[in-house]
Amino acid sequence: MECRIRKKESPEPNILNQASPFPDEVLERVLGMVKSRKDRSSVSLVCKEWYNAERWSRRSVFIGNCYSVSPEILTRRFPNIRSVTLKGKPRFSDFNLVPANWGADIRSWLVVFADKYPLLEELRLKRMTVSDESLEFLALSFPYFKALSLLSCDGFSTDGLAAIATSCKNLTELDIQENGIDDKSGNWLSCFPESFTSLEVLNFANLPNDVNSDALEKLVSRCKSLKTLKVNRSVTLEQLQRLLVRAPQLCELGSGSFSEDDLTAQQYSEIESAFNNCKNLHTLSGLWDPAEQYLPLLYPACTNLTFFNLSYAPLDGDDLAKLLVHCPNLRRLWVVDTVEDKGLEAVGSHCPLLEELRVFPADPFEDEAIGHGVTESGFVALSRGCPRLHYVLYFCRQMTNAAVATVVQNCPDFTHFRLCIMNPGQPDYLTHEPMDEAFGAVVKTCSKLQRLAVSGLLTDLTFEYIGKYAKNLETLSVAFAGSSDWGMECVLRGCPKLRKLEIRDCPFGNAALLSGLERYESMRSLWMSDCKLTMNGCRLLAKEMPRLNVEVIKEEGCYEGPAQRVYVYRSVAGPRRDAPSFVLAHCGPHNARGSGKGSTTWSIVCTMQPYLVCYMRGYFQNL
Amino acid sequence: MEGKVAYENDLNNLKATELRLGLPGTEESEKKTNKRPLNETSEGSNAQQVESGSAPPSKAKIVGWPPIRSYRKKEVEAAGVYVKVSMDGAPYLRKIDLRIYGGYSELLKAVENMFKLTIGEYSEKEGYKGSEFAPTYEDKDGDWMLVGDVPWEMFVTSCKRLRIMKGSEARGLGCGV
Repeated sequence: MECRIRKKESPEPNILNQASPFPDEVLERVLGMVKSRKDRSSVSLVCKEWYNAERWSRRSVFIGNCYSVSPEILTRRFPNIRSVTLKGKPRFSDFNLVPANWGADIRSWLVVFADKYPLLEELRLKRMTVSDESLEFLALSFPYFKALSLLSCDGFSTDGLAAIATSCKNLTELDIQENGIDDKSGNWLSCFPESFTSLEVLNFANLPNDVNSDALEKLVSRCKSLKTLKVNRSVTLEQLQRLLVRAPQLCELGSGSFSEDDLTAQQYSEIESAFNNCKNLHTLSGLWDPAEQYLPLLYPACTNLTFFNLSYAPLDGDDLAKLLVHCPNLRRLWVVDTVEDKGLEAVGSHCPLLEELRVFPADPFEDEAIGHGVTESGFVALSRGCPRLHYVLYFCRQMTNAAVATVVQNCPDFTHFRLCIMNPGQPDYLTHEPMDEAFGAVVKTCSKLQRLAVSGLLTDLTFEYIGKYAKNLETLSVAFAGSSDWGMECVLRGCPKLRKLEIRDCPFGNAALLSGLERYESMRSLWMSDCKLTMNGCRLLAKEMPRLNVEVIKEEGCYEGPAQRVYVYRSVAGPRRDAPSFVLAHCGPHNARGSGKGSTTWSIVCTMQPYLVCYMRGYFQNL
Repeated sequence: MEGKVAYENDLNNLKATELRLGLPGTEESEKKTNKRPLNETSEGSNAQQVESGSAPPSKAKIVGWPPIRSYRKKEVEAAGVYVKVSMDGAPYLRKIDLRIYGGYSELLKAVENMFKLTIGEYSEKEGYKGSEFAPTYEDKDGDWMLVGDVPWEMFVTSCKRLRIMKGSEARGLGCGV
């Protein structure tokens, strides 16, 4: 874009009438350098010129709830977008609480983008439904397309990936994570043409079936800029070696299976040397079925490691300790609870720079503990050695209030504290008291807390504490907790920055729901399932707050009685038009499912420019 | 979608209308869906499962709990021949993947490391000599056998669980039973 700088003249006598001293191009160029979403939102509020310059210069947009805005509204405001991030279903859909065919289909977005954003380069989707047809449409509609990231999406198969590989000539990133993908095996990897060399990121770690290893090897060979390679379990150690020698420049590696029957001494040393030559590795993952005797192969790669994802590798504490000795620079560590408390002690001893720890359960669905798993003592030992810890996800079968209090004393900088005591409603196992004081300690001590997930036996007191102290809290997850409406009311009243509230199986009812009337428009969403809400309560909420979408997931035709699963979110797009029959959408003063008078109200809102600015500001800032 | 949250109350209500085989007035022994299999079938009081502290909940299966994503669940369940290993007198079970061992000697070495004990030498006639422990397993037919009696491959496919027996019971099993 050319930049014609007009010489600044001496100031006019009447400054109030003066137009902006900068030509639009300059303003756009300058504002184009503002990257942060929040800053951009602030910029857009300064005045009309800045609002326009901002919208023309914005290249990337993040939409935390795909139903909060429509593709038409989006493209109308931002004409020049190159990168879109979209999140769809509510998070509890990860745990089967949202029926299939609920929505969040990318298709309607792609159709509009093909028209309005032909230069689109990046698409990052989370919890969206993506069909093979959509992937093919994407591949054919955007000639400059570079980066596709699908996280927790569903609806597509390897045929869709083949379409991407075939037609996206400039692809730099293909990141397919944790999806409900129909793996038809086949040869999607071979669909990358021989002339294709631009790939920098390739992640197919969660694909269940074999890939064509020959095609993979050739692809890795010719993509000299490849920085991230995460293969799936089907790739053997031997195959991995061949990949590594072709890509020693890798920064992030996800191995396949890490066991092999009888590696020869020669093979062992070849793999060893391949790892040795990868001097730039900072992230390691994969490592399925890890055989103890092969773990030393990793040692040379561990020195510069900042992120070690061992969540597929059920090691015991000793093996973990041996590995961690070589990982002094670790910032993030994910493990399986087979490492037990001993393993966590080793973490505390060897990883002083650790900032994030996630401990996943090996046997989450077993009643009895197979092995110990991790307990409160591992948690405490870890906190002693890792004072910089600010992110924890901890699955355990026993915990005490005292231990949690000690942990946060040692690590007061928690921003994300997610504790899952796996038995619902379980008290402090030593004192048999509720776990209220544990979470009280967390919110009192950790003033920077942004995200909290609570568990165990909890009364309303926990929520009183949260409402009183957690002033920076943005996301709260609650399950099987609380005693009465009061608990939820405390949170809604007391946490000004709350954006996402997800609740299941708690005794919170209509009074609690309605106490948050004033809050929901400044939040992204509220989810409540198996609480004590009724259809009447939902109707009331919808009536009072016409700019919220209040959706109830129910059996068809059941318009009365309990509202088992409720999803409330703000939207400038009005009620969604693609709601399936099991989603009852309340909106405005009508109980209609979305068409008719409701839409007239919305078009009035959208054409009123200043109103749009204020509303969109709130929307884009707080998504 | 299938899989509603089913609280205990709902289960009890359903029970009254359930169709069952049996004479009128007889009660079938309750088998909860969330099982404690070892409690039901273990001999004597050996395999003690210690619930971590709290009163053991007899909960019905809860949808979406614990909050583990389904792809992770698949990883946990996938591949491998996982069998539970219990040792008489030890409070906790272990779980091992039989497929990662090449044969009996590797398996037994691993078990020895796991439980910090020695198992002794195997002989066809006399079972395990040299220690008070003997490794046994339950096969597909529900019979308790001495580890090592059948070829390895057959063992891997037929072994349902392992139990390290202690003391006289172990010796008893070794002697040509």
